[in-house]
Amino acid sequence: MQDHHYENRKYVLGGIALLVVLSYIVRLAFLQLVNGTDDYKVRAESNAFYNKVIFPSRGVIYDRNGELLVYNQPAYDVMVIMREIEDLDTLDLCKTLGIEKEEFISRMETIKDRNKNPGYSTYTQQLFLGQIPAADFSVFQEKLFRYRGFYVRERSIRRYATDFGAHILGDVAEVSPTDIERDDYYEPGDYIGKQGVERSYEPDLRGEKGVEVLLRDARGRIQGHYKNGVKDRKPVPGKNLTLSLDMKLQALGERLMEGKMGSIVAIEPKTGEILCLVSAPSYDPHRMEGKQRSKQMVEMQKDPMKPMLNRAISGTYPPGSTFKTSQGLTFLQEGIITGSTAYPCSRGFRFGRMKVGCHGHGAPLPLVPAIATSCNGYFCWGLYHMLNNRSKYKTIQEAMTTWKDYMVSMGFGYRLGVDLPGEARGMIPNADFYDNAYKDNWSPLSVISIAIGQGEVTLTPLQIANLGATIANRGYYITPHVVRNVEGGQLADSLLEKHVTKVDKKYYEMVVAGMRKAVQGGTCKSANTSMYEVCGKTGTAQNRGHDHSAFMGFAPMNDPKIAIAVYVENGGFGAHFGVPIGSLMMEQYINGELSKASESKATAFQHRHINYGTRER
Amino acid sequence: MSIDWMTIILYVILITWGWFSVCGACYDFNNPNLFEWETNSGKQIVWMGTSLVLATVLMLVEKRFYDTAAYVIYTALMLLLVVTIVIAPDTKGSRSWLPIGPVKLQPAEFAKFAVALALGKFMGEYGFSIKKTKHIARAIGMILLPMVLIIGQKETGSALVYFAFFLVLYREGMTGSLLFCGFACVVYFVVGLRFSDEFIHNMPVSIGEFTVLLLAMLFTIGMTWVYCKNWFVVKVMAASCLGTTFLAMLFSIFVIPFNVCYIMLGLCILMICYLIGMAIYTRLINYVLIALFAIASTAFFYMSHTMFEHLADHQRTRIEVLLGMKDDPRGAGYNVNQAKIAIGSGGLYGKGFLNGTQTKLKYVPEQHTDFIFCTVGEEEGFIGSAGVLVVYLFFIWRLIVVAERQPDTLGRVYGYSVLSIFLFHLFINVGMVLGLTPVIGIPLPFFSYGGSSLWGFTLLLFILLRMDAERNLKRQ
Repeated sequence: MQDHHYENRKYVLGGIALLVVLSYIVRLAFLQLVNGTDDYKVRAESNAFYNKVIFPSRGVIYDRNGELLVYNQPAYDVMVIMREIEDLDTLDLCKTLGIEKEEFISRMETIKDRNKNPGYSTYTQQLFLGQIPAADFSVFQEKLFRYRGFYVRERSIRRYATDFGAHILGDVAEVSPTDIERDDYYEPGDYIGKQGVERSYEPDLRGEKGVEVLLRDARGRIQGHYKNGVKDRKPVPGKNLTLSLDMKLQALGERLMEGKMGSIVAIEPKTGEILCLVSAPSYDPHRMEGKQRSKQMVEMQKDPMKPMLNRAISGTYPPGSTFKTSQGLTFLQEGIITGSTAYPCSRGFRFGRMKVGCHGHGAPLPLVPAIATSCNGYFCWGLYHMLNNRSKYKTIQEAMTTWKDYMVSMGFGYRLGVDLPGEARGMIPNADFYDNAYKDNWSPLSVISIAIGQGEVTLTPLQIANLGATIANRGYYITPHVVRNVEGGQLADSLLEKHVTKVDKKYYEMVVAGMRKAVQGGTCKSANTSMYEVCGKTGTAQNRGHDHSAFMGFAPMNDPKIAIAVYVENGGFGAHFGVPIGSLMMEQYINGELSKASESKATAFQHRHINYGTRER
Repeated sequence: MSIDWMTIILYVILITWGWFSVCGACYDFNNPNLFEWETNSGKQIVWMGTSLVLATVLMLVEKRFYDTAAYVIYTALMLLLVVTIVIAPDTKGSRSWLPIGPVKLQPAEFAKFAVALALGKFMGEYGFSIKKTKHIARAIGMILLPMVLIIGQKETGSALVYFAFFLVLYREGMTGSLLFCGFACVVYFVVGLRFSDEFIHNMPVSIGEFTVLLLAMLFTIGMTWVYCKNWFVVKVMAASCLGTTFLAMLFSIFVIPFNVCYIMLGLCILMICYLIGMAIYTRLINYVLIALFAIASTAFFYMSHTMFEHLADHQRTRIEVLLGMKDDPRGAGYNVNQAKIAIGSGGLYGKGFLNGTQTKLKYVPEQHTDFIFCTVGEEEGFIGSAGVLVVYLFFIWRLIVVAERQPDTLGRVYGYSVLSIFLFHLFINVGMVLGLTPVIGIPLPFFSYGGSSLWGFTLLLFILLRMDAERNLKRQ
């Protein structure tokens, strides 16, 4: 019995089959060819490949004598796999870890919150509590078997073997979202140097993370190495740093600056190596260790004395009379004065109604005694004659520009390029600046105070110390730097660069003579010693409050080992704080120790505090 | 004997291709041996070997046997299904697997051929007419019985496959309007649900409700046109329904916004009354049926909402995810989402044999059984997966040819049953992997891992091929 009645319906059935297959092929084409195949590929890979990061050990830090300053100590992260938690005695766990029950609850909630913890999975380890030091950890380790679902991950925390140099050493903390954005090397939870050399030498210190490419199944379980580990990479340990810092000198500096605000910077003139970089007030570097760091940071940021600020490179001050040396050099080179040019000083520089005061000393006098007595009148006249010299410079602007070029060649007005973050550039005014400030109507008298390191001129203590190093070198400086050696690496060329100023060596000798005279019988008398020839220059910088006390010097005169700048905020005359502190520092460095008398003098200065009040500065 | 070698070649291509896919899906990076009994790929070789033996045996069994034993086989398998409900152990909530020695069998896979045979035998009997309500009712009953039993085993997916037999009934002359009704139901459900919470601009009118009511009107008018051919009635209904709806819309937009659906519902009721009136006036049963269709349409739409609310949570979420109303890549949408990643990451050429990560690391659940097509997509890319679909299209086309050339109803009905079952499996399985049809756990014939399904499909196919081989003998 054949039924051909409905045979045509085979076309309907065939049509349905054709339609199904065709529409599926179109859908496939959309998924596989059109619709972001790459996106699907990335998602498939992020599903399957688990890149297990192997952290390299961070480089350790030594001082110039090989003393260990910063090292790593094993610490532990407590991890948790939510799915595996079973019969947990929460109270006991909290007690063992030394946390409150509330903290436990809030921590658990943070882990589960996908907004705060985007990589959350109940199958994989989540960070429960980080950076537990080994000592606290051992109790937990013993009881670990009782807490199912809890695991341990080894990490290391940065430890400090010294109580000094916090500003230079810096610290390490978890990367911020901005850090991650700036450098895709970092992933959330990584550590990065935040301040000091930890930050500026981050790429050397951190090393290179290693990776094991593992295959992970849908439950987050590891299924072995991908292709037997051909894509695995071993971690490269970080490079160790040797600082140019002399930790004994640094410690003495910090001791002497106790209860004061300001800086001491010492540089080895021949190499540009920074021997000490004291910024006061400072803080104990141990405060930055481990998980207490963020709490301590907040506390210190609230402190009106701003202990976090590295005044030695970030603070800009009027250099006061220490600046006069640079003026003398400029005038000599430009031929405005010679060694025998004498200028009058009748208790200051007087011109019409204009007066810049000075203390009593014999007048008129030439350059060397002018430096030794720190005569204001002399340098004001010098600048006056330079800016007014129309036979040499067509306009005052040209004269000013020439002056500025000299200053810049001595390392002022721009960053010196020290290998620490946060360096300020200070201020050296130029012709444009005064054109703007005085609406093109200015004379040498308008700007005369820059000749004595006041007015618009500001320098960082580092720049003042560098001026000392330049004079000690008789006309050049090497970029000051705090790192002496990167193990298995090289210092940046810019740190070893020799900068020659625009002033000839012979003129420097005159200034050196002046600075020697200042020590022998001038403003720096108290720095004089029979042990070696000290050259120095005081500074007393006027400001809105009590004068700042400054000293710049170097020793020994003919084979300088150390150039130094001391700057004590509101310390009064340069001779008051600057000179004695500077001479103690030089003694410590050159002799390697302080004599008994010096030691008791150091203790006396340590306890001579300055009352700054509590106002914000 | 004239064996249809072309179908056999297609069969061999499909099971071989299927084996490579199973290898891809089950490959263990730590145990690269594909042929060991411990691995699924090794087992699948055994299932394939035994299937070939089964195929050979089936080629030796004469058609006469099936003709005689069709009802016996049907009865036996129905009993087996009943027994299975009782004695089968609970595996993942379903009671459909019978452990026989070292292997487990799923009787539901074998019940299909019994239904196909019995249906062929019944429809081939002298005096059977698909136009007779009693006859069609019995035929439908024969289809529904195993469905109910399999649902009793909590294997709803396998039960749904029996809907494929309605395609056979259609081929044998059942009115197409029934298929159309089924199609209409799906459309009402999907459209109504998908757009139930979206509103026409600035009006309290649910897009879903509006569209479904409009479709119900259009379908009713269309059916009147096709089945009654009374142009006047069609014009009256079209003009009044669409006109009034249009005016109501204008009123709602420009004067006072109100729910136009009330007016449309009223129109539907008027239309139904009019159709019943026409039925009484003309004494034509078609008007009654169309009126019933209209009633059923509106009733189904409003009831489906209530039904939907009463579905189990996970089923409801599954449907909502499928319709794109919910995005839940870690919950109900996980399978489909991971399947899409697997397929999408394959690109044009795929990642290469045994190089897929999505499937091997078990990101796609059931990757070697129901979601096997993912492996094809990931490892063989667009070329491979489209290739599989094309081979399937050839295969189905070949089955149509074979079915059509059968000399009797038994052979033809059986042939169409086979092709309908394959088509339904292909439609649902590949559709769910591609995220187009609901996730219903049924295997892709010849590809999905598993002895029961491979044997079941081999059984279905080779009984047909034996019948086909005898087609010329009978004529002599």
